[in-house]
Amino acid sequence: MTILYELLFDYTLRTVALGAAVLGILSGALGSFAVLRKQSLLGDAISHAALPGVAIAFIITLTKNPLALLLGAAITGWIGTLFMMLVTKTTRIKEDAAMGIVLSVFFGFGIVLLTYIQKLPTASQSGLSTFLFGNASTIIQSDVIIMAVIGIISLFLLFLLWKEFKILSFDPDYGQTIGFPMRAIEICLTTLIVIAIVVGLQTVGVVLMSAMIIAPASAARQWTDKLGMMVLIASLFGVLSGVTGAVTSSLVPNLPTGPTIVLAISVIVGISLALAPHRGIVWEWIRAKSHRRKINIARTLMIMHRLTESHTVPRPHEIAALQELLPTNIHKTLRICNRMGWVLLDRTRWMLTSQGIKEAIRIEREGFS
Amino acid sequence: MSAQIEIIIIACLVAVACAIPGVLLVLRKMSLMSDAISHSILLGIIIAFLFVKNLGSPLLIIGAAIMGVITVSLTELLRNTNKVKEDAAIGLVFPALFSIAIILITKFASGVHIDTDAVLLGEIAFAPFDRLSVFGMDIGPQSMWIMAAILIINVAFVLLFYKELKLSTFDAGLAATLGFMPALLHYGLMSIISITAVGAFDIVGSVLVVAFVIAPPAAAYLLTERLDWMLIISSILGMVSAISGYFFALAFDVSIAGSMASMTGVLFVLTLIFAPQKGLLSKAALYWQQKWVFATHMLAVHLLDHEGREEENIENRVSTLHRHLNWEEGFSRKVIRKAVSQELVLHEGEMLRLTSLGRETAKRVMSE
Repeated sequence: MTILYELLFDYTLRTVALGAAVLGILSGALGSFAVLRKQSLLGDAISHAALPGVAIAFIITLTKNPLALLLGAAITGWIGTLFMMLVTKTTRIKEDAAMGIVLSVFFGFGIVLLTYIQKLPTASQSGLSTFLFGNASTIIQSDVIIMAVIGIISLFLLFLLWKEFKILSFDPDYGQTIGFPMRAIEICLTTLIVIAIVVGLQTVGVVLMSAMIIAPASAARQWTDKLGMMVLIASLFGVLSGVTGAVTSSLVPNLPTGPTIVLAISVIVGISLALAPHRGIVWEWIRAKSHRRKINIARTLMIMHRLTESHTVPRPHEIAALQELLPTNIHKTLRICNRMGWVLLDRTRWMLTSQGIKEAIRIEREGFS
Repeated sequence: MSAQIEIIIIACLVAVACAIPGVLLVLRKMSLMSDAISHSILLGIIIAFLFVKNLGSPLLIIGAAIMGVITVSLTELLRNTNKVKEDAAIGLVFPALFSIAIILITKFASGVHIDTDAVLLGEIAFAPFDRLSVFGMDIGPQSMWIMAAILIINVAFVLLFYKELKLSTFDAGLAATLGFMPALLHYGLMSIISITAVGAFDIVGSVLVVAFVIAPPAAAYLLTERLDWMLIISSILGMVSAISGYFFALAFDVSIAGSMASMTGVLFVLTLIFAPQKGLLSKAALYWQQKWVFATHMLAVHLLDHEGREEENIENRVSTLHRHLNWEEGFSRKVIRKAVSQELVLHEGEMLRLTSLGRETAKRVMSE
């Protein structure tokens, strides 16, 4: 209860939570498209490429004006993306290598600039290294307002271009044939993803921002097959993990924000992978197991039926003989058949009941179910 | 040996040790596994550290290498569930492991030598202070010997399995059919990457490892068609980036690791622009050249087509040619000038006539 009270009335906590919420919504919604287009790791490259932009913006303005830093980050993030496209389109170097080059080289250059800034005789530079792992407690109200305004504009654009982005994600060739300018649409979507990443940098940090693009969307994908629902659920997961992580890290001393948020979303991904209805690994495992059991029972019944038919007078058979014909653990299967009233059992022998014979004939005719 | 030379030697060892497995990663389209591994090994290091409480312990390297292989296995496990795509699988696994590592460091090990900046950047400038001595004799910095050992392992791995690696890289299916066990090679390569990343991590940090693993091999890929040359060229490019990056950092008093990473990028961009055949410039030149060859050939074919016919007067006239070939007028004049200078075509007043060379060329082009 006190947490809820503080969320509502404590200035710092409220600011942090709001900022994380904006970040969560944006990265969840736009990440969905990145994941569907198999460009998950684009976020990794863009967020690393944003670092030199932050540094350059600081060198030019010599203040930590959030708008300038965001703009700088967006510009170099964009340049990184363009460079990646140039390399993959004009040479035989594949996307993975192009991304790797962009993320490591831009980041390295960003570090060079950060070390340069540290030697500048200005007092206010210390906050820049929070861009590496994020620091929720450095977010102030004006930051949140800027984030929120950018976020609302981006979501509005997403809403306007919904149909176009949908066709880009699922069948760009078809979109091309019916006359959509797919190149321009792709550039719009990439721009929005760059914006989502840049907005999250201060909270989550350059190094882990990519997880906020990939994880909420991957988790949401497990729960639905509809794009609209996926975007909605991903945003929800984004908000949930963002707020949980940011608030936890600002309450617990010496807990870095970015890693905490990423851990929160990773837990959500784990739960989704395991337990989402239909697609969940646990359900799949249970389904496969019960399927295997049904097959076992059907096979056992059929074999028992053959054995029974070879004798004119029904009489008990040895379980050991049956075990030799079937590779699986026969006792468990027999117990189930016994419970169903198909088989009579004593310690070493079995005998089919008339019901069991009927079931075996049915299975032979219709297949098992 | 002065500290400066020692740093350069260590950096060159790192560069070559990274470039060798890097070539195979780039060719196998798995470059980003190096990104994943170089981040998640930190978790192995920190867990081992929390047990032994000693940063110099070799257990740290073992822990890190194990974590590297775990990362690869987890990624593949996740991908094999078919719940997420391969790229997403990578992007889900390593940030989670890396996050745990960062939290463990800040919570339990912040007082010690490991800190989060060093994780990303390494501390090559301090490498020469950690000396190794044998029987009381100083034989150089410890990290130099570690990197040299790792380099020898990498070279031995590639030399021993050269044929197998080559085949499984370019034709995994055939390699499997012939019984070369691509899976085993794959995990061998991943272990090599892990060990390399662990060694290099301490010195240059996780991100520069990625730069050294990917950028020089990618540049070399634009310069050669042969695997052996690619290994050699990327090693050289790696060393050049290391040395030039070091002096850049000295000159401007900035991060050494960052400068080296930047230099791998600069070399890559230079290669991208100037590489013979595969570079942007030579591609543009080829395109330019082909455009004119095509145009002069087209002119010759056009002239041949109408030669000796009644419409020749209109079709093969300088002033009207561009209309019949659907060219811009200026372009048409340039093409004629080129064709004349190549002795394919002669001016006869306003008319254009094919030379015998021009006629032959036109016939050859048409039959092709």
